[in-house]
This record gives sequence, C-alpha cells and structure tokens, in this order.
Amino acid sequence: MKAIYMDHSATTPVDPEVLQAMMPYFNEIYGNSSSAHSQGQMAHQALEQAREQVAALIGATPVEIIFTAGGTEADNQAILGFMTHDRQKKGKHLITSSIEHHAVLHSCEYLSKHGFELTILPVNEAGQIEPDTLKAALRPDTALVSIMHANNEIGTIQDIKTLAAISHEAGAVFHTDAVQSTGKIPVDVKELGIDMLSASAHKLYGPKGIGCLYVKKGVTVGSYLHGGAHERNLRAGTVNVPGAVGFGKAAELAQQQMSQNIVHLKDLSLRLTKGILDTIPNSRLTGHPVDRLPGSVSMVFDYVEGESILLMLDSYGIMASSGSACTSGSLDPSHVLLAIGLPHETAHGSLRLTMGKSNTLEEVEQVLTVLPDIIAKLRVMSPLGH
Amino acid sequence: MAYSKKVMDHFMNPRNVGKIDQASGVGEVGNPVCGDIMHIEIEVKDDIINDIKFQTFGCAAAIATSSMVTEMVKGKTLEEAEKITNRAVAEALDGLPPVKMHCSNLAADALHEAIINYRQGQGGVAEVAKGCCQEQPETNCVKITE
Repeated sequence: MKAIYMDHSATTPVDPEVLQAMMPYFNEIYGNSSSAHSQGQMAHQALEQAREQVAALIGATPVEIIFTAGGTEADNQAILGFMTHDRQKKGKHLITSSIEHHAVLHSCEYLSKHGFELTILPVNEAGQIEPDTLKAALRPDTALVSIMHANNEIGTIQDIKTLAAISHEAGAVFHTDAVQSTGKIPVDVKELGIDMLSASAHKLYGPKGIGCLYVKKGVTVGSYLHGGAHERNLRAGTVNVPGAVGFGKAAELAQQQMSQNIVHLKDLSLRLTKGILDTIPNSRLTGHPVDRLPGSVSMVFDYVEGESILLMLDSYGIMASSGSACTSGSLDPSHVLLAIGLPHETAHGSLRLTMGKSNTLEEVEQVLTVLPDIIAKLRVMSPLGH
Repeated sequence: MAYSKKVMDHFMNPRNVGKIDQASGVGEVGNPVCGDIMHIEIEVKDDIINDIKFQTFGCAAAIATSSMVTEMVKGKTLEEAEKITNRAVAEALDGLPPVKMHCSNLAADALHEAIINYRQGQGGVAEVAKGCCQEQPETNCVKITE
C-alpha cells in the first residue's frame, strides 16, 4: 500500500530540485559567509542570491530579508525584537488575534507578563477578524498589530490589506505570520501594506531550519539572538547557507508553479470536501468556505475523537492531523477551533487534511473510500450520539 | 504518539464493544469537554461478572484501556474486579505514554462505578466525574470575547 501524505501544513518534502541546489553548499562551498577568503565569498554570493529569490517571492527588496532559523524565530523577533527596541516609542500596547500560531500568541503573552499590554481579538465563525473589531481595539499607544495571513488549522485567509491599513491609520506597525500562505497563494508585501512578515522554507518544499523575517525599510526591529554582526546586525549566528540556498530555490519554484498548484489543489479540495460531506453524516467544514488555503480541508466529526481518526487513517497509510486535545499535548483541544466557536466536544473530533502539489485525485478517492468506515466504526464505539 | 503493540491491537480490534440489555450495573467517567468518556455496562450473576460491554469516546489510549479492562474482568468475581486499578490496566497493555496516564486511563474507574451502581441496586447512570480543564495563569492580557 502506497502511503498518502496529506499533512502539508505540518511540513512538506524537500523538492528534488531544491535538494540538488543545496548539495554543493555542504562540503564543496562550505565557507562561512562572513569570511573574507574565497570560500567565504562564494558562500556569501550564494546567500545573497537566495536572499534575492526569497525577496522576489513576496515583492520585497533583498535588503529587507533577514534569514532566521524558521518561522517561530521570525515571529519571536518581529514581536519581541520590535516591542522591546529602544527606538520603539509608540507605546506598550500590542494587538494579536485568538487564532494565531503559538509562536505569535506565546510571544505576545510573554510580553504581557513583562510590562506590556496585550489585546487578543476574537474571530467570527469563519475564523476572520472583523475590521471593526480591530478598529475598536486600537489605542494611541498601540505599537504593533500581529495578525496571521492564513491559518494553519482551518486554512482561513484574512483580509490583510484592510487590517494593515486600519493599523496604519492608528500609527501601529503591522506584522503578519505568513508561514502558511507564502508560496501557496500570492503574497506581495507592498500590495498588502505589510511592515513585517514571517515565512518558513519547509512549508514550501524547502528544508527545515530556515525561514525569514521581512522588515520593511524604515521599520526598526531589534535583534532577538545576540552575538555577531550577521544579517546586518539583526540576527547573530553563522548563517545557514545550504538552508538559505534551499529556501531561495524553493521560493523560485513556488513562484513559477503557484498558479498551476492553486488550480490543482482547489480541484482536490473541492472533491475531498464534497465527498466527505456527502458520505459522512454530522460532519462539517471548519474555517471560511471560500477564503481559504487551496489545499486545506479541515473537518469536524461529531461523537468521535481526532487522535483515534488519525491512527486509523495511518493504519491505511494515510497521514493527516487533528486539533484534538490528545494531539495538542494538553487537555484542551485547539485554541483555534475553540476561537471559531466550536464546543469542546466538537473540537475534539477535528481532522485536517492538507494537500500538496504531489497529491492526486486517486489519493483523494482512496481517502474517501476508507474515511466513512473509520468514522462509522468509531461512532459504534462511542457512547455519544445514540 | 508511541503506543505499544498491545494498545494498538486493542484500539484497532476492541473487545466487548456495545451495550447490555437489562444491565445489572452501569458506570461512566470523564466528560466530553475533556475529550474522554468511558461507559461500561456489566451483567452480574452470583457475584460474577458474566458479561461486560463498553462504549468510549476518546483517543486510542482511552479505547484500548476500556477494551482491556473488559477482557481482564469478564468471568471474574466482583471482589476481584474491584481490585483492578487504572495502573494495572495500563500495565496489562505494556504501558501507556506518560501524557496518557492521567486523562485517558480511567477505564478501571468506569468499571468501579458500574460495580457501585450494581451494588446500590440502581438502574441509572453513575455520577460523571468532572473538572479536568486547565486554569489560565493571570497576565496583563485582555481577551475580547463577543
């Protein structure tokens, strides 16, 4: 039985072209990109080319890209590095939303325990922040608004352009965690009016351990990792050159393949969603029905628990994920599913199938062959819903 | 989540799933908010558990421990069944991941509730155990809820 991987929001396989581009930078051009000798300069050149490729994907200029060890570090730097910078005089208040990734949410909460004030905005049932809710929360001392572009669990895409404009009217800087959207849907920092953006390579067929923070020219962000003068004094630590090269190549491929991937993934999602809703009673799609990531199908099933669904799917070689408590590592189900108003018991029965460019319609049909039986089997076992 | 082979066996092929017509005792623990409910029904004759069935809403550990406890006590006396602990059920499954020991290892409790229910001679469902959700620590943070 061939394995079916439908967990691309967790991570993606490295594209063979990306891997090929990276290979020389492990032991042929292995120099430290800060070194003055020719090995170092070759590495430096590769690094700067990668910076151009990543910048091109999001409509930025290369000088606005800081390479980080991933999306989490980029989020931490955007929030902690911005709010605690001594040139940040606007105030001690920051705003985020209740459906952020923990990298943003916990960074904001950390600040709220250390003298800063935090407002967490609610979302509507589709997982979107209403512009008026943001307007009402902005204060004269609001320095930063951080709202994610596309949600990792329910796939909902925010109207970032409007939210950024509202933030700017109040003089606040706008950061977006675009880890899930970059490379999957068009992201143009100028068009959207973004001041800071976090992205990660491994979500777009690049390697793990590399990401970036875009910081618009003129916006001042402080270091988060302290040490050497790498990345224009903004991110200390020897730069991960093979990682950056991989990120650059992945960004280039993502740009080239984006429109065809979107069409393909929308087809698959449509079939999968309809197939599930048609064959499994008491099932619902979570997140926005239209404004969502093209490959993301997030469902809830009443009366059953997510981890059980995952393990049964895995026994058929199908890999997915869930926001149930058992998979979140706490007693509560996913904060995102609770934020969109799902009761605890429903949120425990969540299933996220996130497809990528290599998934096929045959694989979708295979999932549709086994999933209804799995849910039925678990419902027979369940004391609920009888 | 690394489960033992025995856990996976009981999860994929659960024993004694269902309900008993005219059960002698019924026990239920957990709640849907926490993501685990274990419901156990027993048929008792001459102080011996002749039949036992379960229904469980929960993760693989919750289902496997329920299945295992039914297998452990079928044909046993009530006194023997009362001595079975949650820990003994987990051990019979060759252990559970540490994170599962608390929240999803309540099958023996459900069994004991069913025995109490039988001894009391009542037909209703035993009290559901509540109160397992976490408190949020205080921070300088306003969460706007509509």
